[in-house]
Amino acid sequence: MSANPNQFLQTFIAEAHERLQEMEEILMHLENGPHDAGTIDSLFRAAHTVKGSAGMFRLDSIVSFAHIIEDVLGRMRDSEIEIEGDLVAVLLDSCDHMLHLVEVIAEQGEQLDDAALARENELRKRLKAYQTGNGDAQGTRVSLSAEKDIPLTASGGGEVSSDNWHISLRFAQSVLKEGLDPLYLIRYLSNIGEVISVTTLADAIPAAAEMNAETFYLGFEIDLKSSASKETISEVFEFAHQGSMIHIMPPHSKTTQYIELIRSLPEEEARLGELLVATGTLTQHELEDGLNAQQKSAQPGGTSKLLGEILIDQGSVTQEVVQAALEKQSQAKDTKTKESRFIRVQAGKLDELINLVGELVIAGAGANMLAHLSNNTPLQESTSVISRLVEEIRDSALKLRMVQIGETFNRFNRVVRDVGRELGKDIDLVITGAESELDKTLIEKIGDPLMHLVRNAIDHGIESADKRVALGKPEKGTLRLNAYHDSGSIAIEISDDGAGLNRDKILKKAREIGLIPAGAMPTDQEIYNLIFEAGFSTADTVTNLSGRGVGMDVVRRNIASLRGTVQLDSEPGIGTTVRIRLPLTLAIIDGFRVGVGKSSYVVPLDMVIECVELSEAERQAANERSYLNLRGEVLPFVLLRDHFEVAGANARRENVVVVQYAGKKAGLVVDELMGEFQTVIKPLGKIFSNLRGISGSTILGSGEVALILDVPSLVQQAVARESQQVLRKLPNNTATAR
Amino acid sequence: MPIRTKKRKGVSILHIEGDMTIGTAAALKEELMKHITQSSEREIDLSDVSEMDSAGMQLLMLAKREATRHNTPLRLIGHSRAVLEVMDTYNLAAYFGDPILISRGAKA
Repeated sequence: MSANPNQFLQTFIAEAHERLQEMEEILMHLENGPHDAGTIDSLFRAAHTVKGSAGMFRLDSIVSFAHIIEDVLGRMRDSEIEIEGDLVAVLLDSCDHMLHLVEVIAEQGEQLDDAALARENELRKRLKAYQTGNGDAQGTRVSLSAEKDIPLTASGGGEVSSDNWHISLRFAQSVLKEGLDPLYLIRYLSNIGEVISVTTLADAIPAAAEMNAETFYLGFEIDLKSSASKETISEVFEFAHQGSMIHIMPPHSKTTQYIELIRSLPEEEARLGELLVATGTLTQHELEDGLNAQQKSAQPGGTSKLLGEILIDQGSVTQEVVQAALEKQSQAKDTKTKESRFIRVQAGKLDELINLVGELVIAGAGANMLAHLSNNTPLQESTSVISRLVEEIRDSALKLRMVQIGETFNRFNRVVRDVGRELGKDIDLVITGAESELDKTLIEKIGDPLMHLVRNAIDHGIESADKRVALGKPEKGTLRLNAYHDSGSIAIEISDDGAGLNRDKILKKAREIGLIPAGAMPTDQEIYNLIFEAGFSTADTVTNLSGRGVGMDVVRRNIASLRGTVQLDSEPGIGTTVRIRLPLTLAIIDGFRVGVGKSSYVVPLDMVIECVELSEAERQAANERSYLNLRGEVLPFVLLRDHFEVAGANARRENVVVVQYAGKKAGLVVDELMGEFQTVIKPLGKIFSNLRGISGSTILGSGEVALILDVPSLVQQAVARESQQVLRKLPNNTATAR
Repeated sequence: MPIRTKKRKGVSILHIEGDMTIGTAAALKEELMKHITQSSEREIDLSDVSEMDSAGMQLLMLAKREATRHNTPLRLIGHSRAVLEVMDTYNLAAYFGDPILISRGAKA
């Protein structure tokens, strides 16, 4: 290859992955719903693109397999074969195999192992049935060329006698720098037909001094004998369209068209004419005829017609064809602009940027504080401008890492289908909230837990079709994936309409293994969430849960390590919903700083609803009961001074920060409200991992350390304490706090 | 990208080694042009060209044209497999007009 072969190969690999992913999505779609010609067409195009670009890298084993897929898709497109489950299944398997091929051959540069080869042979056999239909391998080819002949015979006299396509190529000068070598395109032509002749024109190479070694100057006139369609041929040059002049003339084109071509090319007309005669594209007679015809039709002083109009006038192409060509062009332009809207950046670079921004935020806070101490107004003004800018930089840097969750969700289409088939269950996957965004690092880490939960829901949640019918439910099960933003966190829900959890069995089991003391009366919610406990559930005792407990503790641990929580709701006979809550980002948050005694703490600002003063009367009352009266609302609270055992007397005035998490409110009683503060989250060391109520630390402008409050656990604690007080008559209940 | 030169019976032989691709083309062009402007009969030995792409081939075409312009004969010899492949695809054997020998190890 050229300059940096590896780089182009990487591009190919990335693109192949995308295309195959796209194919998979379309196939899934085809299986489930109605289709139109457009979807099948894009399926075909995706396969074709993979094949074409693999050809450029001479990855022959990929090309040959992709070719079969393309053939089958071509017949699908031409409605020669019907789309049905088995066909889609074999195509999906073929996509998987393609992916494997790309990984093994292109990425690792190795050959397939025996197992993969056996699989490929099997697939080839299965595809063959669709590829040929009546056992005639040439079927498609023949029909293509027949189709092509019709309009051409209608175009009347003045045709050239040659049976070959004529392809005239003048590539954009930048083509080499863009990583595309026309060499491979021309080589690729031999895959779709027989290259009769290639004439390479060096006329455009300038004098040695002006010649840039990285610019492409060569032009080509090619004769190709092929039964492929014009579309197929032009797709070979699809990548080179921008700024390149590419003319593809079908066999028996009009001589006048050749003359048009000769006129439009940069080289001298006479020379080109001779050249075409020399290669047998035109006969001398045809060339003269064509030139005469041109002269006759040239209107003196009139404006020349557009090429498209001329072609239509001549009846050689129909209006529709021109229209289609124009659409195709604008389509190509669209994808071009879309491409330019994205840049591929290594994730590591982004992480580095975020780290730097984090340091910048801390340093900025320091400067800001010094400025405030200095009593220097202009300095204060400029630092405040800087901190505003830093804030904006922080936000946009974090946004760079935000990714829509949709793509992750879409992967499950396949999982649901495959697992469902395996278990003989017909299941619909309904995805909502796919546009919700969250941090890329989180997306990567949430994949496995989600997979586990989805598999569980299919395997154990949704009943078999017979059972469902017997229960009067629709035969088809439904699995929902939903995502939405909720006070600074993202919630992801996995719900099924299956049997739900068996509350009594779980409770019994929990009592057996001592998770819940005999006599305690946990709420349903608490019971359901027991299945996240490590070691809970074994298949023989909790049959309809089998497997659900296994690994559920791992799911919870994974999610907890992302500072998230997981929660489960279930209703017998109706279904189960698992709700995961995750912070939107792991790095920097807007914090709200509060003081207790001499220490300061940070509350994630997204979770703060309001701040109210704690009046003396209310304080007195609160000592008696475990809640505050917030405008008539019961508000459980936590005294941070007590919680963290801060020494010293109560402050003269206390404030309540009302926070919310997962729909529950609680008040945090603090001494001082210190305002908003950009918080760079620094993880706490392992020794602090048992600390309740703290999720991390941050560094203040003054260099002091402030602890970040773990609002979810504080809220839970407050709510639990409040309900405990209400149920004071009951014995000590160890299962309430999570 | 070294071009080794030696003289043999008044013919200077430029021996190009390694890749003739877009990655090396700019440096190679400069060096090649230095040699081409000197008026003497010359041969370019391509037996050690390991890779070639369009950019590399363009250089040879430029060299040939410049040599012709200066009326100094230029012959390509010892075409390596990589060179032959490009020359075949582009059908350029006639452009250079040199006898092509199937080099060692290359299959027809």
